[in-house]
Amino acid sequence: MQTMNTYRAGPDENGHFGIFGGRYVAETLMPLILSVEQAYNAAKADPAFQAELSGYLTHYVGRPSPLYFARRLTEAFGGAKIYLKREDLNHTGAHKINNCMGQVLLARRMGKTRIIAETGAGQHGVATATVCALFGLSCTIYMGATDIERQAPNVFRMKLLGAEVKPVTSGAATLKDAMNDALRDWVSNVDDTYYMIGTAAGPHPYPQMVRDFQAVIGKETREQILAAEGRLPDSLMACIGGGSNAIGLFHPFLDDREVRIFGVEAAGLGLNTEKHAASLKGGKPGVLHGNRTYLLQSGDGQITEAHSISAGLDYPGIGPEHSWLHEVGRVDYVSATDDEALEAFQLTTRLEGIIPALESSHAIAYAKTFAPTVGPDHVLVLCLSGRGDKDVNTVARALGGATPGGL
Amino acid sequence: MSRLPARFAKLKAERRPGLVTFITAGDPDRATSQALLDGMPAAGADIIELGMPFTDPMADGLAIQHASQRALKAGGCLSTTLDMVRAFRRADAETPIVLMGYYNPVYAHGVDSFCAEAAEAGVDGLIIVDLPPEEAEELAAPARAQGIDFIFLTAPTTDDARLPAVLDRASGFVYYVSITGVTGTASASGDAIKAAVARLRRHTTLPVAVGFGIKSPEAAAEVAALADAAVVGSAIVSRLAAGLDAEGKPRPGLVDEVLQFVGELARGVRSAARPSTAA
Repeated sequence: MQTMNTYRAGPDENGHFGIFGGRYVAETLMPLILSVEQAYNAAKADPAFQAELSGYLTHYVGRPSPLYFARRLTEAFGGAKIYLKREDLNHTGAHKINNCMGQVLLARRMGKTRIIAETGAGQHGVATATVCALFGLSCTIYMGATDIERQAPNVFRMKLLGAEVKPVTSGAATLKDAMNDALRDWVSNVDDTYYMIGTAAGPHPYPQMVRDFQAVIGKETREQILAAEGRLPDSLMACIGGGSNAIGLFHPFLDDREVRIFGVEAAGLGLNTEKHAASLKGGKPGVLHGNRTYLLQSGDGQITEAHSISAGLDYPGIGPEHSWLHEVGRVDYVSATDDEALEAFQLTTRLEGIIPALESSHAIAYAKTFAPTVGPDHVLVLCLSGRGDKDVNTVARALGGATPGGL
Repeated sequence: MSRLPARFAKLKAERRPGLVTFITAGDPDRATSQALLDGMPAAGADIIELGMPFTDPMADGLAIQHASQRALKAGGCLSTTLDMVRAFRRADAETPIVLMGYYNPVYAHGVDSFCAEAAEAGVDGLIIVDLPPEEAEELAAPARAQGIDFIFLTAPTTDDARLPAVLDRASGFVYYVSITGVTGTASASGDAIKAAVARLRRHTTLPVAVGFGIKSPEAAAEVAALADAAVVGSAIVSRLAAGLDAEGKPRPGLVDEVLQFVGELARGVRSAARPSTAA
């Protein structure tokens, strides 16, 4: 993978992307992780599994999702021609379901009867609870007590779907602590339980597996843009917390060197403050949650809290493949602040009639900066990873009662 | 050179199993923690595990999670942990100290300089929970080069096919995690531990220490009778926590109370008959 003609060969057999990735878990979990890897490799090679997954993606999730030319955003930004990959139109309203559908079919294949997952904003929790309802599996979601307060509607959705939502009070009571508690649950329930990680991070094989399930985004985009423009896009853009929608869009294009690729991290109140979630720009390599990757941390190696207005980006780490793509320079990692995302959220709503998730709004915010620097022949595809209905309360609070029409 | 082989040889000569005690370095503050550490050998600890505080202790239950948080809040870090070992060594040149924790603080410190400083401070072994054999060599090799034992965990889920890979590079002793779970929660049955230790002995001649879920002197005695040593962590840390006031400050007498509990554990362990099958 190091001496390469391709950026798409990773990870190696031990789950490493360069120095990143790997399997940094307690011995008790190692045999479980190895069995997930074995089962996933077998499923991947099994046409019956792929056919079953494809059937659910078409008839239940509603794929393919449209690639939509956003005329009014294009005009407003005054440069690149902007296409939106509409993951917000998937069942449950975000890209998360692509991964959950793949993993739940794998868990069933492995004979597991109980699913656990972590969630921050609640989108992955809702998607997990949804597929568990669909297949009649027991479902437990770990969610930070702080996030439960911020995301009450999603908590109610999960409960309606039959999931048990366990509040996490350890540490800072946010996403990273929810992941700690999910790992503690897994180590305590090794026989019947499957851990459905929601992003392209964690111990091998999760970063690879989640990427593979999300790569449907990039594969469809490739066909759709060829049909619409007769050529590949000039650039791709996606927001990054853990980075699963981004790696899903990017991966099928990594070897097309002429396609510029941008990952947009959450800069919170600014990269010059301590209140951001930009692991690549503001962190350094470390080991947490089963993988080596860029992390927000103190000089003493203690993990620090992330901050973003978007709960889905509020995580002090990033998927290991992004860390590697950053170091080899294939992808440009940039950032957008809370304020820029808020502005993009309102702009997209007003100009396109699409309420984007605050997560996706970070990518739109960077597109606003980037688009005017290139000409109208430049084709830009942006992953609209989820819809923003869940965020209206957060946005209302952030605007402090200001009329959105004042834009 | 690690003090672990000599200590296990001494235990063998005394025909008794050992007591391994755990506290988190710097919990609830540096001075109290140092007093506990320094008092452990006289109270009956044969080997001391010293926890390196970390924000995200994924394999630990609430008792040790809170211990880490208290230590960090009081300014504990890797350097102060090593300082505690140096201070301990001024009065005790024989009791082995094993640092236990998670990889990120060590990685952030720098693996080579950490191993050199740990050896110089008087550390004998390392247990790094999130470094399974697949990932361990980047720390285990430089540790061994400094004469520090790298101790591997084995668990009920570690099957016979996997055991040789885990034990291949193990030294010091083998730590058997007796339950599938986090620290300070469930306890394994005597029969399960007996069978597990017998299985390990078919694969290794290293001493076997058993931990997780040992909460009382009686339980320590029962487990110790089945292995070469019993490890007690959360129960000790919970005694410490019970001695804190509402602001988290140690009440007078806390150190004595905790060391008295360690004494009870030691008497339990020393009362245990040495198993005839032991190596």
